[in-house]
Amino acid sequence: MRDLSLHLLDIAQNSIAAQATKIDVHLEINPKLDYLALIISDNGKGMNAEFLQQITSPFTTTRTTRKVGLGLPLLMQNAERTGGYLEITSSVGKGTTLRAVFHPNHIDCPPMGDIAGVAAQLICSFPNISFSFSFKTDTSEFSITTLEIAQALEGIPINDTSVFPLVKQVIESSLEELKFPV
Amino acid sequence: MTKVKSLADLKMMKDSLKSKISLREKGENSENLVQIKVAMATCGIASGAKVVMDFLLEELDKRGINSVVTQTGCMGYCYAEPTIEVKRPGQEPVVFGYVDTKKADEIIEKYIKNGELVDGIIPTNYETIDGEK
Repeated sequence: MRDLSLHLLDIAQNSIAAQATKIDVHLEINPKLDYLALIISDNGKGMNAEFLQQITSPFTTTRTTRKVGLGLPLLMQNAERTGGYLEITSSVGKGTTLRAVFHPNHIDCPPMGDIAGVAAQLICSFPNISFSFSFKTDTSEFSITTLEIAQALEGIPINDTSVFPLVKQVIESSLEELKFPV
Repeated sequence: MTKVKSLADLKMMKDSLKSKISLREKGENSENLVQIKVAMATCGIASGAKVVMDFLLEELDKRGINSVVTQTGCMGYCYAEPTIEVKRPGQEPVVFGYVDTKKADEIIEKYIKNGELVDGIIPTNYETIDGEK
């Protein structure tokens, strides 16, 4: 993956495949503390301890179209390269929480990428899933949810192609205001 | 168009958005909802599916095509990512492989608008030697 936004897009697919109806994404960066965390939690079907243990193996996957699953191994590799780590907790029937910690000052830390575009794509592609995105820097915070957008749109379908560019703009300008590094 | 900066701006836009949508729905393409699925698994994302999806969403809106773009998982054509599945109304879905923004543009102009087939279609009966897709 070229950047963190693509990891987010990729890992969110795991939650979607786990039939989550609610996905919370939290992205926090504090360059002073050399700390960057991507936290994704869902209310999907969860995993048992045995599956959880082998989840970062490239040869573990639930898909039937091929025998390898690289989403989590790639994320773990990128996090560990910067001296960070990946940690996943899960309980069957309740959901899964993933926490990837990076050290952003490390030269191998991938760039943020198009976070606004990814968030907008996820929100607008899955109208039945309630997303909540929160972005935090050392000084301020911004959050946006599927529900808030749906309320602002008053009945206009959130997955209409004319909605996507607007949602993306809202998130983009809010991140700019936040001085969120990109 | 002015830039939408907040949810309040979005709320103010909704009337013009509504009229735009109803105009499109009453237009000549009214019954012709085109459904597009972008394969958005690790393989697809790594080869640029996100950029293709951005392009499709923005261009289909600009060109006034009545469509829904969604994401789907891996279709098993990892070698040909990014792949997209396009379903024209009343027709069988068609899967295109190696779709970049240039190819996506060609698919919109030729296949979606006129039903003209373009290069890069992955036949649905494609099978590998050992019989697995």
